[in-house]
Amino acid sequence: MRIVVAMSGGVDSSVVAGLMARAGHEVIGVTLQLYDHGAAVGRKGACCAGQDIRDAKRVADTLGIAHYVVDAEARFRDSVMAAFADSYASGQTPVPCIACNQHLKFGDLLEMARDLGGEAMATGHYVRRLEGPAGAQMHRAVDESRDQSWFLAATTRAQLEFCRFPLGDYASKAQVRAVAAEMGLVVAEKADSQDICFVPTGSYAGIVEKFRPDALSEGEIVSEDGVVLGTHQGIARYTVGQAKRLGNAAAHMVVKKIEPGTRRIVVGPRRVESLEVRLRDVNWLIDVPEGGVSAGVKMRARDSVHAARVLPEGNGAMLRLDEPALAAPGQAAVFYDGSRVLGGGFIV
Amino acid sequence: MYLDANATEPLRPEAKAAAVAAMGLANPASVHGAGRAARKVLEDAREAVAGCFNAKTGDVIFCSGATEANALAVHALGAGRAVFYGATEHDCVRAAAPGAGVIPVLPDGTVDMEALEGLLAGQPGALVCLMAANNETGVRHDIAAVAVLCARHGALLHVDAVQAAGRCREEWLGMGAASIAISGHKMGGPMGAGALVVSAGREIMADLRGGGQELGRRGGTPALPAIAGMAAALGGGYEAARIAGYRDEIEAFCVRLGAVALGAGANRLVNTTCLALPGARAQTQLIALDMAGFAVSAGAACSSGKVAESHVLRAMGAGALAGQAIRVSLPWNVAAQVVPAFCGAYEAMAKRALHGQARCA
Repeated sequence: MRIVVAMSGGVDSSVVAGLMARAGHEVIGVTLQLYDHGAAVGRKGACCAGQDIRDAKRVADTLGIAHYVVDAEARFRDSVMAAFADSYASGQTPVPCIACNQHLKFGDLLEMARDLGGEAMATGHYVRRLEGPAGAQMHRAVDESRDQSWFLAATTRAQLEFCRFPLGDYASKAQVRAVAAEMGLVVAEKADSQDICFVPTGSYAGIVEKFRPDALSEGEIVSEDGVVLGTHQGIARYTVGQAKRLGNAAAHMVVKKIEPGTRRIVVGPRRVESLEVRLRDVNWLIDVPEGGVSAGVKMRARDSVHAARVLPEGNGAMLRLDEPALAAPGQAAVFYDGSRVLGGGFIV
Repeated sequence: MYLDANATEPLRPEAKAAAVAAMGLANPASVHGAGRAARKVLEDAREAVAGCFNAKTGDVIFCSGATEANALAVHALGAGRAVFYGATEHDCVRAAAPGAGVIPVLPDGTVDMEALEGLLAGQPGALVCLMAANNETGVRHDIAAVAVLCARHGALLHVDAVQAAGRCREEWLGMGAASIAISGHKMGGPMGAGALVVSAGREIMADLRGGGQELGRRGGTPALPAIAGMAAALGGGYEAARIAGYRDEIEAFCVRLGAVALGAGANRLVNTTCLALPGARAQTQLIALDMAGFAVSAGAACSSGKVAESHVLRAMGAGALAGQAIRVSLPWNVAAQVVPAFCGAYEAMAKRALHGQARCA
């Protein structure tokens, strides 16, 4: 069948393209150009394409498949980077990878795949798609340490039906690299991508400064009863639960609340865990359980699983946790039944 | 099926033969017999090119292609002058003159003569760079009229004749142009050769001095096979009426399906149509047609392969259509069966694109 493969230029999606070609499918490799590399490295006259795009093209040449670079710069800037900065400016801790998956990969690219007469879209995500009696189900990857299901929780059921994730069944990354080497792909030994792709240095303050300079202006650090304990250099540098960068006066305290209106960081002693967590924009991968459902919930990418009851409320939901846990506004909360993803939403 | 002639024309057999014959020859600058044999090939080519443009052999400067020829003209003729270029010029002209003024075009893509007159009146003695025909839309400027205007204001005129030279040659130097740029592979020659042809005796300061080749106006050993191939390609025939007929048929068919032919109201290259399909992204159209086996193009391809929105169509005020247009440019050897085959593929692509819109709504 005709299948579109989202190729990032990394080893994972390169292997997926190879597997699909090997299976005899008509493969269309597509790489989204998310930002202008020349502008990003600040070198005048540098090509707009980075090494990843060149790698993807080279892999496609090796595999003998069609490959196209799609300009997604404007969409990425608006739906991911600006939203990322806005989220920090409103005192939240965003997950740009989820926004990118939601709007670009499983949004625009998937639509394009349909427009091109594609019958499916495959990506290099470590997650499994299993056929169930009521349609496709999303499950955690076999390799738990690589599992990316938390990042894909905003994928809708219709999108999931159309997608393929062949790497979810691989036991380890080493196995994926071995396949890449066997296929003769230049990326077989390429280092894994790190953190947030558009913040290569790990400092996101530059991005926030560009889109929302207001979120990096000075403000007060106050205690819960309003006593000023010190000053900070911008609310965007803080996230709920954080203990760093609070100064001596607030030592041994953690951020309990970020107030964008007054630019105040409210701190208090230790515990910021909650038993009830409100969620917005919940995406269900099962029929909406009107009476609620018991699930294991992850509230950060590398979080452990918390037992909870999930109660749908309009487009959102209320989480009732068995034990108190840390919930940072802006992060995703994803509900699991064993390995299966039931749905997910964003912490308010 | 190859419908991207404005990117490169298919190699003409006589050009290939000439290029192959010139391969393995000695350096034309050498004084020995082998060098003289190579020099004869080079000078024969120069004579052929000069003859085509009604120039003297001494006024033909061979170089690597149009990017270099246009840059040489801008640098050599623009030194000490204000430079103006048309809003729809190729990037190689725009990049060569970063501080230049831009001459607006009308919605049909032709140069705005009133605006040009105003610019020239304000800065007499300028250099005007204008393309004879546009690579994306095929729209032709009235070079004769522009030349008259330039003469009236003491301005020099450089004509980028890359797309027109092999398809609708005119007496540009006779009209008063100071120089014209051509490219071998846009006429059915091999890639790697171009020329700047200047008006009688006009002096040109080299960009690359090197060993003083081309009478000191362009250093570097000339790419003899590509140059010989270019000269041979210039002698090849061009069946304009036949190609125009095919183009018109394709255009009429696509317009009936809802496409907008941009620049269609202007005098155009006979092989080119720029078809915007409202609501359908250019890149999606291009990929769909490629998968169906039809090579067309869209916008300005960066070296990444990313299709950026066309500055040409934006300059024409095409608005959103600038990101929704593909270019079909028929090659010199286009066959009749291309017309029904392409129309069928376009219809299938357009139906899917429009169906996609319905789904989103």
